[in-house]
Parts: sequence; C-alpha cells; structure tokens
Amino acid sequence: MTRRPRKIDPEIELERYELSEPPLHQFGLERRDFFRLMGAGVAVFLVARDAGAAQQPAGRGPHGRESGGRFHFDERLPENIGAWLHIGENGSVTVYTGKVEVGQNIRTSLTQAVAEELRTAVGTIQLVMGDTALTPFDMGTFGSRTTPTMNLELRRVACAARNLLVAMAAKRWSAKTASLIAADGKISDPASGRSIEYGALARGQTLAKALVAHDPLRPATDWTVAGTSVPKINGIDFVTGKHRYPSDIRRPQMLFGKVLRPPAFGAALDSLSPGEAKTMPGVVVVRDGDFAGVAAPGEYEAERALAVLKAQWKPAPDPQPSNKNLYEYLKSHTEPAEHDGFFGGGSVETGSVEQALASAPVRLDATYTIAYIAHAPLEPRAAVAEWNRGKLTVWTGTQRPFGVRDQLAQAFHIPRSQVRVLMPDMGSAYGGKHTGECAVEAARLAKAAGRPVKLIWTREEEFTWAYFRPAGVIDIRSGADNAGKLTAWEFHNYNSGPSAMRTPYVVPSQRIEFHPVDSPLRQGSYRALAATTNHFARESHMDDLASRLKLDPLEFRLRNLDDERLKAVFQAAAERFGWGKRKSSPARGFGMGGGFEKGGYVATCAEVAIDRARGSVRVVRVVTAFDCGAVVNPNGLRNQIMGANVMGLGGALFEAIEFANGKILNDRFSRYRVPRFSDLPEIEVILVDRKDQPSAGAGETPIVGLAPAVGNAIFASTGKRIRSLPMVPQGLSA
Amino acid sequence: MARVKSLHVNGKQVAIDSDANATLLSVLRDQLDLTGTKYGCGEGQCAACTVLIDGFPRHSCQARVGAVASRKITTIEGIAENGKLHPLQQAFLDEQALQCGYCTSGMIMTGVAFLQAHANPSEDMIRGFMQGNICRCGTYPRILAAFRRAAEMMRKQAG
Ligand code: FES
Ligand code: FES
Repeated sequence: MTRRPRKIDPEIELERYELSEPPLHQFGLERRDFFRLMGAGVAVFLVARDAGAAQQPAGRGPHGRESGGRFHFDERLPENIGAWLHIGENGSVTVYTGKVEVGQNIRTSLTQAVAEELRTAVGTIQLVMGDTALTPFDMGTFGSRTTPTMNLELRRVACAARNLLVAMAAKRWSAKTASLIAADGKISDPASGRSIEYGALARGQTLAKALVAHDPLRPATDWTVAGTSVPKINGIDFVTGKHRYPSDIRRPQMLFGKVLRPPAFGAALDSLSPGEAKTMPGVVVVRDGDFAGVAAPGEYEAERALAVLKAQWKPAPDPQPSNKNLYEYLKSHTEPAEHDGFFGGGSVETGSVEQALASAPVRLDATYTIAYIAHAPLEPRAAVAEWNRGKLTVWTGTQRPFGVRDQLAQAFHIPRSQVRVLMPDMGSAYGGKHTGECAVEAARLAKAAGRPVKLIWTREEEFTWAYFRPAGVIDIRSGADNAGKLTAWEFHNYNSGPSAMRTPYVVPSQRIEFHPVDSPLRQGSYRALAATTNHFARESHMDDLASRLKLDPLEFRLRNLDDERLKAVFQAAAERFGWGKRKSSPARGFGMGGGFEKGGYVATCAEVAIDRARGSVRVVRVVTAFDCGAVVNPNGLRNQIMGANVMGLGGALFEAIEFANGKILNDRFSRYRVPRFSDLPEIEVILVDRKDQPSAGAGETPIVGLAPAVGNAIFASTGKRIRSLPMVPQGLSA
Repeated sequence: MARVKSLHVNGKQVAIDSDANATLLSVLRDQLDLTGTKYGCGEGQCAACTVLIDGFPRHSCQARVGAVASRKITTIEGIAENGKLHPLQQAFLDEQALQCGYCTSGMIMTGVAFLQAHANPSEDMIRGFMQGNICRCGTYPRILAAFRRAAEMMRKQAG
C-alpha cells in the first residue's frame, strides 16, 4: 500500500478542479415500488436543472410528457433528480438529499429552507441525508457548496410541492389557485373559510410529479423561518448521548475489526503468520495482498489478536523526506501542469509584472512556508460493513457517500447497485473525510468473517493513514507607488493549492501561478483548503507593505480595494474592534487580515498578548465580520464562525505534522497540540446580513482571516515578521 | 484470564462478560450499547470518553473494567432524572453549545462533576477544569456559556 500518490488524487482534492455537474442520477425505482416503500402520499421530484438542461429540452424528462413547463411521467421515476420530497398521509414531510451533516448544521438550515417554501412547521420535516439507496446522487459535501446549491434546490422543490398542493386543493374545491393560501401546513380559502391540511390532501394519493421548478421563491427580506435561529434539529439526541454516529452503529452478530498497519509508508507485506491468533476463539485473520487485519467478538479480543500477528514488511525503496527538509523538497519536486488553467497548475498574468516591479519605488520580496496539518476530527474514521447475499451495506463517516459507494464497488468488483452507503450525522471532518478507506477495510473484514464488522480507526491511524492539509511554499514579489497603491504583484504557490490565490486588491500588473508538487505525504482537502495559506501569505505581505509605506494597515487595504463588500467587512470588523484606538506595544499587538472566498467576505482583527521573557503569544481577542449573503441561520452561523476561528488558531500558532522515514512522528494528541480551552480568545462575530445577495456557504471562509491577523498583530507588537505556519510552535524566539 | 461478569451502571447492576483488562469504554459501548460515551484518542487526552466513577469524572478509555467492577458508573445516558434533563444538558441546548456534538457527552460528564463541586465557578476555574476536553469544532465559547447558565440554574434550584 503506497501512500505517496505520484499524481493529485481527485478523490480527495476535488477543489483543484472546477466542480463539474454530477452525472445523472440513476434512480432505478418503479413508481409502484416507490409508494410501497414510502407509503401513499404526494412526492415531488426536482429535476436537476443544470444537468437536465444540458441533456434534454427544458421541461422534458426521459420518461416524461411535457405539460405546461412541467412533466408527468408514467411508471419510471425520472433519472436526473436534484432533490425530492414526500408528503405523507399524516402530513409529515420527508426530504431526500445526498448532502451530509458533519456538524456544519445543514440538517437544520436545509430544513428551514423547506419549511420556508412549503409553509409548514420545521417539526413536521425530516431530512434523509447521504443514503445512496434513497437520496439523489450528490458529489459530496465540501467546498461550501451546500448553501448556494442544495439550499436553493430544496427551496425550489418545496415551492413546487406547495404549488402542487394548492392546485390539488383548488381542484377539490373548484376554486382558483390564486385565491388559496398555503400556510402552517394547510391550504385555506379565505373566501369560503375552508381549509385542508397537507396530510389530508395527500391521503390515498400515489401522486408523483417531476418538476423543473422555475417558481419564484420567497425573497430573503420576507423570510419567516429561514433567516432565524432555529435550534439544531434533534439537539436533544446529542446532549443525551442518544444520537448514533457512524462509530455507534451496531448490527446483530457484529464483530470488531482491526487492521495491521505497515511500519512505514510504502512498506509492502512480505509474509504474515497468524501465530496464536489462530487459536483465539471467534477470531478471523484476513490477508489479501498488502492488506491484513483481524475481526473478533470484542474490541479487546481484536486488539490482542492483532498484537500476536507475525508480519514481515519490505520497506519502501526510496528514502523518504522529512519535515526538516520539506520546503526545499517541495520547491525541487514540482510537476508539470496537468491540465489547462489555474487548477491543474498554471498561471494568469495581466500587464507586465517585470516592468512594474522594476519601476516600483517600494518593493518587497518574501517567502512564506506552510506545514502539513491534520484535520483530527474528534470522531476518527469509522465504518460498519455488512454483506447480505452479495449485497454490501456500509454505514460510515464520509463527506462523499456516493464516492465511497463507488470505491467499494470498485474494490470488490461488484456493480454499484449492489452497494449501499449510509452516512449518519458524524463527528465532523473539516474536509478530511472524502475517502472510503475505512469502509473498504471494514467490508473486506466482514466479507472474510461472514458477519458484520465494525472498524473504528484509532487516533494514531487517523493521524497517519488519513490525509493532510497540503504543506506549501509561497513566494511573493510586490511593488507599490508612493501614493500607497499596489503596482505589481507576483504570487507563486507551490503545492498548498490555488484556492483564493488571486488577490482581491486592485493591481494593474500581476502574475499568479500555482505549481503542483509531488507531495511527500498524502494530502487533500481541508476547511477552506489553500484559502487559509494564500490569505496568510497575502495578508501578511500587505501588512508588511503598509508598514514600509508608513500607512495604517486598514487605510492601505481600503486604498487598494474596489470591492465594496470586502471593504464593508474590513470596516465593520475594524470599527467593532476599536481599530486604531490603542497603539500596539511590546506587550500587546493588534493586527488584521481578510479576504474573499467561496462567496463569503471576511475580515478579522486580532489582539495578541506577548510575553517576550517567556516567549509566549496568546491571542486574547478576535473580531470577525462576515458577509455570506442572506443569512439562513444566524445562531448556527455564529457558531461556525467562532469555531473556524478556534480551529484556525491551531494552524496559525502551533499545529504541524512531523515526519521522517515514512512515519508520522506526532500521531496523537499528546504530541500534536490542538486548540483547547486555555487557547480560547474572546471572540466577537459581526454578521453582515445581505438579504439582497444569494446565501453562500459559511463553514470554511471565516477561517482565513485569523492567521494573518494574528501574525500581523505579532509584528505590530514585536517588529518580528513571521512568515511560516505555524508561527510559534515553540513559542516566540528571543 | 479473569472475567468480569457485572457492572453497576446508571443506577443498575448489569450483566457483562468481559476480560478484566478490556477498557471500560469498550464494554460500555460494545456490550451495553451505551454509545453516548465516545472514543476520541484512547490516551486520556481528549475526554470524549468521560464517565463518572463514584461521582468523579474519569477517562473510560483508561479504566480497565476489572478495576471498576465494584464502582458506581454513570454515563451520559444516566444523568437525566425522571426524564428531566440535567441542567447542564439543558444549558447545552439553550446555548446551542454544540456543532457536530461528538465532544458533547464528554464535556457534559466532566461538567456535571465540576458543577457539583463548584456552585459559582469563575470563568478561569471552568477553563482550567475543562482543559483536558477537546472540541475540534471549536465550540468552546458556547460551552463556557452553557456552564455559566447551568451553574445559575443549579443555584436557583438549590434555592
Ligand atoms: S478517548 Fe479517552 S481521553 Fe480521549
Ligand atoms: S462539537 Fe464537534 S467536537 Fe465538539
């Protein structure tokens, strides 16, 4: 098993690529079966608009008859479904989406979206998420795409369903649809005083409609449910321990698995002898190529069996780099651009950077380095796999249930239709669970054991055999004129990634280039991915330029920005923070950083307390202003923004993966420090609610302002410019 | 090999059948299906696995089941009384002090013991006591707020 892919792994690094439209969903369900499964009622399918539009004339499905912009179908359900919902005879609404809940609270915000358009109570709506047998295909939950895409789709499907219910009531009463009102889960006719509940309308029906919805949605200014702080759905299950995460799933006759890991990356399994494990009761030992593992009646028994296996490993042939020479390694192992454009490697250029640099009165060249860091979700990878007559069912924690389904189908050479992946709301991921290795391993063990197997990765496994946020090197050369305007900007990113690589500042001459590298460690997505590191480099550099120009950092930024929304968040954060009111001193520093990514605008101001004698840096106060368009759930959004800042502290100050000779050296929390209560600053959040703008995702972008704000605050206090992430893993050197 | 055949959990004596060396965490989760107690690190570093042993917060990933066979164990499933949430559980809901919620039971169990001993804790005291509990989602500010709210509720209840 090699962990050094020569190429970018598209499974885990989706964001390097333009997100393409998903392939059409093959629903493969007959209408009869469907209602047998769901119970009678009304079902509304939203035909995936963009995918559908590309494939067929508007409003016409592969099995449909067009009628007034909508189509009805006979027996087969439509294939290219974006989302769908079912209204049962008791009025309960079930919504199906391939998105998954990982703590970002979309189960709640998506429910609000449906409630808003369907005009029914949040409590009557249930979301089925990330179940490959029941929900429409979805590429995955990442890149802050849920709010701008799925939220909108569910609003559309709910709106279509509401219009359908109105039409049904109108027919029943021989009334005009325009005279009827949908509210509180009922349709009513103010003229006659009649009203009927959704459940009553659905009673006895087996009505399925597929709609290409173009119905106008309620504007954010009129929202009554969306835009409010609905508490987390099923919150009570979380505070009582009732909620079942992937690692809590239990099946009859289930065994517990453990996987034998190589002593280092790239080692091959030469020989394996089960030793005493052979005689342990109920223990199954599996070897298949380089894969070896055990399944046993209990976790303790599985651990003991694993410990007695006798394995010989052949080490990887090449010497492996270590974090000590990481940055030289990255710069000397660039790979040719894989495909055109930025994302595969490549550059954009406007004007002549060389000329602009040569004539700039103020010049600055600087290099920034970024360490690998781990996501370390508190729930490590976990899977329960069960085979039943050649069919495989796996419950697992992943951001890409459909991707994992395909990996399983591939690994076991079975058709996708034989695999079902379910994703119970999990113990988070932060971009770190795009892959299905644990699911594949559990399934392999279950296959050998002939019984369901649960596999939970240990923390050490999670730190070693998952993947990391890419390390990187960023080189910037810049120039400004004496009026404090940027004139030249050259930005090279080696390996860490192109997200948010373009500067939001106005610079006439610029060159921006991404250099893919043959990464020494397995790497992939992370909350905001490279936007964090690119913002760190850019915003640190801006601060440096401001100080050279003897300009206030806020003033310098505003002078070079023309994006009003970005200016607005900088100003909002600065105002709340009291920017400029207090001067930085050797013991206190104030700094700011911000930018734009994935539809969100963020600015963060930070105050740090410095103790030069002890070399300590403590972030004491953070103010973040964030604009992600119309806010769907203010309370949930605040939680995300605070969380992003806390998580960001780790990568900014002290988190770094250490490795050598194919081993991760700090593979546990006692060696890899993550933010704790003692690190917590006072955090203030300002939501810039732009009801006139579409809602953007918010799980990621709020993290990007923190590291540069803290670095700039350290500089303001100490005059020391730190150009590496993490900034002070060993404290501040004297 | 010594086997342990029963445990006292959440006010009841319950039957188990485990090697004495197995962790309390695995027995609670796998034999008793009390999965509210979580695995996060297995080395006493995250406190996701916290339970009360004779009223004291302990890492169940570190406790061998043989060593706690005669102790009173309380898990997150056992702190609501007569269907009424413990004030700290209620406070977590009121403050929405969770994101993915995976750390929540460990936070609550540690906090239940803490608030028992400290009716009116300062923020520094809470932070200090909770230093061993990791929340990767970074919900710490809300968790602090939940502690303050619960302490207040408990003081009111105590009259
Ligand atoms: S699992 Fe016990 S302290 Fe982390
Ligand atoms: S809420 Fe996710 S770890 Fe705390």
